[in-house]
Amino acid sequence: MNDDQKLDVAPPYNAVARHGVSPNPSHDEIARFDFLANFNKFMASALGTGNQLAYDNRVLPKFKKEHGREPKDRFEIRRAMNEDPFHLFWSALKRNSMEMRQQNGRAIVLRQIDELNAKARQFNEGRDTLELNPEIEVPRYQSAVDIHCMPGSYHGEELPGDVSAGANYDCGIFATTGGGLGALTDGGGMALVEWIKKERPGWAPRRVLDIGCTVGHNIVPLALAFPDCEVVAIDTAAPILRYAHARAQSLGATNIQFIQASAEDLSRWDDGTFDWVQTTMFLHETSGKALPSILKEGYRVLADDGLMLHLEQPEYHDGMPLFEQFLRDWDAFNNNEPFWSSMHALDMKDEMISAGFDRDELFETGVRAVVDREIFPENATGEGEDHGRAAFWHAYGAWKNASAIQEAAE
Amino acid sequence: MTDSAFDWMAAANKKAKGKRPEYFDDPEDERMLSILMAVAGEVSVLRERMDTVERLLETKGTISRDDIESYVPDKNAAYERGVMIREYIYRVMRGPHQMVEELKEAEPSLEELSKELREI
Ligand SMILES: C[S@@+](CC[C@H](N)C(=O)[O-])C[C@H]1O[C@@H](n2cnc3c(N)ncnc32)[C@H](O)[C@@H]1O
Repeated sequence: MNDDQKLDVAPPYNAVARHGVSPNPSHDEIARFDFLANFNKFMASALGTGNQLAYDNRVLPKFKKEHGREPKDRFEIRRAMNEDPFHLFWSALKRNSMEMRQQNGRAIVLRQIDELNAKARQFNEGRDTLELNPEIEVPRYQSAVDIHCMPGSYHGEELPGDVSAGANYDCGIFATTGGGLGALTDGGGMALVEWIKKERPGWAPRRVLDIGCTVGHNIVPLALAFPDCEVVAIDTAAPILRYAHARAQSLGATNIQFIQASAEDLSRWDDGTFDWVQTTMFLHETSGKALPSILKEGYRVLADDGLMLHLEQPEYHDGMPLFEQFLRDWDAFNNNEPFWSSMHALDMKDEMISAGFDRDELFETGVRAVVDREIFPENATGEGEDHGRAAFWHAYGAWKNASAIQEAAE
Repeated sequence: MTDSAFDWMAAANKKAKGKRPEYFDDPEDERMLSILMAVAGEVSVLRERMDTVERLLETKGTISRDDIESYVPDKNAAYERGVMIREYIYRVMRGPHQMVEELKEAEPSLEELSKELREI
């Protein structure tokens, strides 16, 4: 059969690659994720088109009749859509799929938690590449709700000292993204490697800081691509770091030091320590005050001619239709992402300038996940896009004082 | 061995912190939909298991549970199973799926049509 005639189905969960601390799924556990991955595809495409129809044919005309004008922002659209029976039903289904993903992932992990902890210990014990600091506090923006309906969030433990949060996060992403992030969920990191090799051929950063690394999905590819680079990956959550360190070690990324630290206080590192400071899918889980202070600290520890890079879903710029903004906001209000909506409304350029950059040092670019297309399909963008989860991001970047340095050299 | 005191399935069911949005007028409907969705998922799991058993039996005379647990579909089987799950989802989701069509076009009620047909 010609590939074009094939139906759009999710790849099987069996295609997910295993590493040294991967939970071992049973036949039926695999089948649960297979169901969810395909269900989410259905929700984004065949059923998802109903949201726009409900808006155009029902919600918008009613709104205009009542108010005598168009909705002025995504919040008004949300309130109006939340009165519409189709959208409510769609949201209820989607919320259930998110909750099922968490239950399914946790069940896989928790039934074998002792084995997983033992595996992690083998990679972690006595290694100076893992530094846990129990005095690090969980920020309010991390504890107010369990982000993306993940019970216990990143920092929760089921058994003292466990890796359950990391293992659950890792094993279930397949279900929500339909495999769009690749076998090791590292399509974003792989894309960054490809991008930098084109952007600055031959350049090798000496030190990289990855902020809010979680289980290291997107920093491991970078560490492997630059084996002589010292990589520091920080996170506030200990269970995540235990898992991340063991995972990275088992994948051969032994040049990453995982440290429990808050991005709001990088005082242990001198000014200009790193050639590359990055966050990937992180800033939307911080807060109005934390985000600028993290960018400022990141700027301070970045060396001259160093790269700052942030990967996120695209911001809600003026040209983005309000209805699309509303769709992109779904997770904020239905999947426990309380800073999502505010973050995507920020002008990241202005934020970077407040952190210390000159406007002419900034750049933006699109980054599409790099995965094995033989097995993992390209996530839809635009029509049929699962907003907020598409494997396509916006990169906000800057080279610190690059032009000044170049001028001085000339 | 996992300590028998650790009830992992109960722990898997833990609720996420954060008030759950209300999608229906009646809170019971929230619960009902969650049960229906879980059952829909579990039926899909059973179908996939049956499919595994059938495929294994096709190539081997007898099979063990280990064979089922370690079964990995090849590329073609993986696609066929994806199509099977997709078909299943469309079957179960007929109602909501038809809502999409309803949204495309407001249809006259059968009462109205009945009146109309009487006159033509
Ligand atoms: C959405 S995840 C980031 C995903 C990850 N960068 C990736 O690409 O896979 C957010 C992470 O940030 C961590 N975090 C939140 N606030 C933090 C802070 N102030 N400092 C460091 N890490 C933080 C959380 O514990 C969580 O692991």
